[in-house]
Amino acid sequence: MEAVPCRSVRHHQRASPRLIGLCWPRVAPLELSLLKLAPWVAFLPCDGAVMIHSLFLINASGDIFLEKHWKSVVSRSVCDYFFEAQERASEAENVPPVISTPHHYLLSVYRHKIFFVAVIQTEVPPLFVIEFLHRVVDTFQDYFGVCSEVMIKDNVVVVYEVLEEMLDNGFPLATESNILKELIKPPTILRTVVNTITGSTNVGDQLPTGQLSVVPWRRTGVKYTNNEAYFDVIEEIDAIIDKSGSTITAEIQGVIDACVKLTGMPDLTLSFMNPRLLDDVSFHPCVRFKRWESERILSFIPPDGNFRLLSYHVSAQNLVAIPVYVKHNINFRDSSSLGRFEITVGPKQTMGKTIEGVMVTSQMPKGVLNMSLTPSQGTHIFDPVTKLLTWDVGKINPQKLPSLKGSMNLQAGTSKPDENPTINLQFKIQQLAISGLKVNRLDMYGEKYKPFKGIKYMTKAGKFQVRT
Amino acid sequence: MLSLPPVQKLLRPKLVAGSDAAEEVTSPWPAALSTLMWCRHDDLKEMLDSNKDSLKLEAMKRIVAMIARGKNASDLFPAVVKNVACKNIEVKKLVYVYLVRYAEEQQDLALLSISTFQRGLKDPNQLIRASALRVLSSIRVPIIVPIMMLAIKEAASDMSPYVRKTAAHAIPKLYSLDSDQKDQLIEVIEKLLADKTTLVAGSVVMAFEEVCPERIDLIHKNYRKLCNLLIDVEEWGQVVIINMLTRYARTQFLSPNQNESLLEESAEKAFYGSEEEDTKDAKAEAASLAKRKPYVMDPDHRLLLRNTKPLLQSRNAAVVMAVAQLYFHLAPKAEVGVIAKALVRLLRSHSEVQYVVLQNVATMSIKRRGMFEPYLKSFYIRSTDPTQIKILKLEVLTNLANETNISTILREFQTYIRSMDKDFVAATIQAIGRCATNIGKVRDTCLNGLVQLLSNRDELVVAESVVVIKKLLQMQPAQHSEIIKHMAKLTDNIQVPMARASILWLIGEYCEHVPKIAPDVLRKMAKSFTNEEDIVKLQVINLAAKLYLTNSKQSKLLTQYVLNLAKYDQNYDIRDRARFIRQLIVPTEKSGALNKYAKKLFLAQKPAPILESSFKDRDHFQLGSLSHLLNAKAVGYQELPDWPDEAPDPSVRNVEVRGAPQCIWDTLSSGTSSSSSEEEEEEEEEEEEEGSGEQSEDKEGEEEEEKRKKRKEKGGLRKVSPRSMGSEEEEEAEGKKVKKAAGPQGKKGHAETSSEEASASESSSSGSDSGTEAPTVVEAKRRKTVRTGLEGGWEDPCPLLTPLSSTFLPWSPREWAWWPTLSCGPWQLLSPAFGAVRTYELLHRMAGEGLSVEYCFSRRPFPGDPHMVAVQIQISNNTDAEVKSLRHNTNALGWKGTVVEGRWDTVAALCFQRACTHTRHFYVSIQPPVGELMAPVFMSENEFRKEQGKLTGMSEITEKLTLPEKCRSDHAIVQQVTSAANVGRVPCGADNEYRFAAKTVTSGSLVLITLEWREGAAAQLTVNSEKMVIGTMLVKDIIQALAQ
Repeated sequence: MEAVPCRSVRHHQRASPRLIGLCWPRVAPLELSLLKLAPWVAFLPCDGAVMIHSLFLINASGDIFLEKHWKSVVSRSVCDYFFEAQERASEAENVPPVISTPHHYLLSVYRHKIFFVAVIQTEVPPLFVIEFLHRVVDTFQDYFGVCSEVMIKDNVVVVYEVLEEMLDNGFPLATESNILKELIKPPTILRTVVNTITGSTNVGDQLPTGQLSVVPWRRTGVKYTNNEAYFDVIEEIDAIIDKSGSTITAEIQGVIDACVKLTGMPDLTLSFMNPRLLDDVSFHPCVRFKRWESERILSFIPPDGNFRLLSYHVSAQNLVAIPVYVKHNINFRDSSSLGRFEITVGPKQTMGKTIEGVMVTSQMPKGVLNMSLTPSQGTHIFDPVTKLLTWDVGKINPQKLPSLKGSMNLQAGTSKPDENPTINLQFKIQQLAISGLKVNRLDMYGEKYKPFKGIKYMTKAGKFQVRT
Repeated sequence: MLSLPPVQKLLRPKLVAGSDAAEEVTSPWPAALSTLMWCRHDDLKEMLDSNKDSLKLEAMKRIVAMIARGKNASDLFPAVVKNVACKNIEVKKLVYVYLVRYAEEQQDLALLSISTFQRGLKDPNQLIRASALRVLSSIRVPIIVPIMMLAIKEAASDMSPYVRKTAAHAIPKLYSLDSDQKDQLIEVIEKLLADKTTLVAGSVVMAFEEVCPERIDLIHKNYRKLCNLLIDVEEWGQVVIINMLTRYARTQFLSPNQNESLLEESAEKAFYGSEEEDTKDAKAEAASLAKRKPYVMDPDHRLLLRNTKPLLQSRNAAVVMAVAQLYFHLAPKAEVGVIAKALVRLLRSHSEVQYVVLQNVATMSIKRRGMFEPYLKSFYIRSTDPTQIKILKLEVLTNLANETNISTILREFQTYIRSMDKDFVAATIQAIGRCATNIGKVRDTCLNGLVQLLSNRDELVVAESVVVIKKLLQMQPAQHSEIIKHMAKLTDNIQVPMARASILWLIGEYCEHVPKIAPDVLRKMAKSFTNEEDIVKLQVINLAAKLYLTNSKQSKLLTQYVLNLAKYDQNYDIRDRARFIRQLIVPTEKSGALNKYAKKLFLAQKPAPILESSFKDRDHFQLGSLSHLLNAKAVGYQELPDWPDEAPDPSVRNVEVRGAPQCIWDTLSSGTSSSSSEEEEEEEEEEEEEGSGEQSEDKEGEEEEEKRKKRKEKGGLRKVSPRSMGSEEEEEAEGKKVKKAAGPQGKKGHAETSSEEASASESSSSGSDSGTEAPTVVEAKRRKTVRTGLEGGWEDPCPLLTPLSSTFLPWSPREWAWWPTLSCGPWQLLSPAFGAVRTYELLHRMAGEGLSVEYCFSRRPFPGDPHMVAVQIQISNNTDAEVKSLRHNTNALGWKGTVVEGRWDTVAALCFQRACTHTRHFYVSIQPPVGELMAPVFMSENEFRKEQGKLTGMSEITEKLTLPEKCRSDHAIVQQVTSAANVGRVPCGADNEYRFAAKTVTSGSLVLITLEWREGAAAQLTVNSEKMVIGTMLVKDIIQALAQ
């Protein structure tokens, strides 16, 4: 009888740009025209047997700078759907990771200012693809040190070779970096020079045996003159602090990153003084789960080189010590076009350690035109375009607390912004695991030599936010 | 060029033209470049044709870079394909890359490369075989389908598991190329599914999912194996297997929540529904509950849940998600909770992972709110989260809201409303609306809050609030005329069409509550009618119609005016609506009967909208799937089947490989182990079973470790198992791996056998206290589990179940067997000599308080695996009373190298750590005589001499002896020797010479025995064996036997 208006405003708002999107001057996607002709299923080639069909690498300005197909070629025009979505999303982070197009599904991850867009055709667990794409990025980072457009373009052949090994027919084949490095050696400056002179190659000349072993994560025949094993216990505090300074939520997420350079096939065990602290853990596949279950000991044959042994979570039930506090006074006055801004950072529950690498960032409201601030230490930048305030504080000296004071210029004529900015905090504390986790000992079996062992603790701010 | 395969030479002429042209244009870059398409890449072609690998490599690198950028390089195909047989590995690899990319477009030329790959398939190196198959199957040229099929079939039975894995990968490729091959491919899949290596498992299940997901029957026999291998499969394979097993379990097992689901429903009703209904329902349910059989979980179902659980700790988000969905779909309600923690952990990951996980959490949190409640704070929103994550978190928070936590959640929401992200603010307002509708307690608070938002400066916020308020007001309009008035005033300012439409609808609907304002609003709207959006215009017409019906005096003219305006509107919907409404409300002669009902039509009571989560009912899609995420069926999505009403036959999963069941799952009815509670130590294991009905084979960690260590020492092997769970099957699988790894290097220097654990628990049913019950009855009640696990080289233990009669026992004896390794050699094995089986006592009946245990070496060949020696154990009860809960726990059971060190054949002592009853533990051990560690072989006299000639010197042990009176006949001598050692007689020409031959079970080294009977009682015994210790001990044993 009568249409009860109950669609949400948001959706309505969204509708118009989408319409625009369809008549966007870009080349109209091929599939769209097919859609009009007949039910699209009829056009599907008998090609269901692929998990990841193709991969496109797209930079921030929307150029496809690398494409790789594991099956029949998928036209680049499929990315138009992605561009459409990108257009719609205000920021790169807001591009939906899964986009459905008439023929394909586009799953993307955004890292290092590059979109990695995987094209798939059939049902597949989305996390499977997303996790794999992240693994690809990690591998690139591992190979080239940084994962940037320039780096990928410079090493396009290695990238291609690596991708070729990582997927077979769209199904992951070799994703362990140890195996990949055996198959395709990462480029180093020295090797590049040698290669150009001697004409030798990056491709390993021996056939890798790692894939065949029952310890697939470890290379065979590892040899070092200095045998060393380093473990970094890194804890990150995720917290939300409310206006009055009380903690709304705080959790500790920790990881143990290892750098193990040991000859042969060492079998390591790592034990903790207080393993019960760990509430939820996830392991590198090398860790023997049963040992952990029964004895709370990490027993493993390590991969060679750098790897993440363990990530853990210290439960929210335990009280988390918050090592810093922020005093803030941010005021927009109604009538005037000036606002007051003042923040002070100070230490709290630091167990006698110094807080370093303090960095304060805050997204200011749109109405703020400019800020004139004076820091008591460190440097600060306010970007009037993005409205992002960054204050690099450095070390906190408990005797003289760092502060940033000054005023804000607001857009004249507009009323004061009704929101206050949140303050994001970064800091580091060396030689402290804030949860109190302590490694008891590290033992090695299976090899005769005596390795050099080292352990380092560090506490960092994770997603640390102060609401104002 | 010289290394061209023959086919290529035939096609050579075709290429000549190209290369000639290339030569012409070599030195300067002449005009030909632009004129001819195919010589655009002349320089590259030239480089590819050169003899230098470095030039070829450079060319290939440039070509691959072109491909990567999406440039067409197909015209280089002939030049590139020639290099497929290049010696340089990198060139070769890049050629493969090129080939796979362009073969489809240039099918004829691609055929040139086939012979290279065919050659590669025969290579002795497994990696080369695998890579040849990989590339061959990646070339999408239909003409080579038969070749691919052949290659796949061959590779599927390759020695190397890696090649078999590649074969599994090739199956979907071939299938997508030619789906007619399905039947043949299914055969290959069936074969590969039976493969026992972890390397193959993931890939073949992937192939299964792609080719024949409907053939669930192929899984039956492999189900348990897949469950047990799961933890050691590589992570991507795990995801595929878990998803497949989820579907499988849905078809094979009963719903674990069938009883609870009723309870759950009634609980929910109790919360929302009226009480009367409730009691009625409760009665009906109670009745239906009573009708149902008590639910007993299939042990295989339990196995799946137990073996997937540790994978929640995986670092791979996809694996965690797969396990989470498995638990959500398959686990009893009480157990689903374990996944929450792991899912919350994933929220720390990349935002894309968060996005997917939150979608799934949102669906789960509707069904199982309690699960995530403890983690409420983990869903709090940070200003730095991307908008889509914020909105999903909001969804979860709303789903989790209940009476107890609503105040904290609303406080959070208040912060969110002040966010700068307006989309997010709008979503928050909607979330508040939902909380208000669902939780009556806070409805007024929410409404007040929303009304305050009406004075917000941001129009979007106001508009959203209006929409939400409208929905809330519909629930109790009478009390809120003030708010309606307030909103009426907003029409002056607010521009968002949706909000304006909402206000108009509200005023029209409740015009009786605001009789004065409503006509005024209509007047204003009539003024601005032409400038409004369509959606607003429709509501203006509605408002006019409603006012006309209730207050025609004031609004008649206005209504006419609006309807006239609408009559000439550009939008036909509005024109239609106007025409329609005019007919309905304005009485004319033609309008007829409907006119009378106009008021009823327009001003009927409308039910308040139910604000529901958009994630409701999404769980009919398998969680974690793409279809679930899109809330639409994706291509190739496999429906998650509903639970069957009746469980299909569980015995289809029994594996009777070589007559050896993996284990005997005796069904236990509930309430089994009530009497065995005294043995706490052992009972720990039982407890894990949750009394449901399966035998847990878990062992204590230390034992396992100990065994591991031993394995390591003895085999000279490294510990290879990456992870281990407690379950026995796991152990076996590992054991097998050890063996596999050791095999080729000839390192299997030992026969490692152990019987893991056999436990029998006897129910102390009602009549058990009267120990004199008829044996048959007790027999029927007894539930036994014989578990004979043997490590080192086999996977399916076979308890030798040949019950010996023991008349006076209240229960029948059991036996179990060990078979040490017996490797095959050039000599035919003889069936062992029977009749002289000697029985040894393990536990005397006095010491055992009535329980006696005897064992003997049956010398029977083991059907499952010839690498074991059988030991029969007979347990007898010599008392009148029933022996309850007899169980035996073998700790450190295995062949201990007590006598010899190193890689000798082990002369072993088997130790029972304890054999225990409900009252006592007994410590016993078996020490097998050396003679039992061998098996007889047949050989001719000549062979015997030849072998003996090889085993002289250190390997020969000679001893003189005197034969006692009774041993001076042929028969007696043979009898005594064969009873002392498991040897076979070798024919001998000489009268007074006896020869015997055997092979040690582990290393297969020969043991030759010669007994020379001289004059009178004198005799000489010679034993030839490269195992000196065995020889010495054997001589001693035989002499002792003969001397008796």
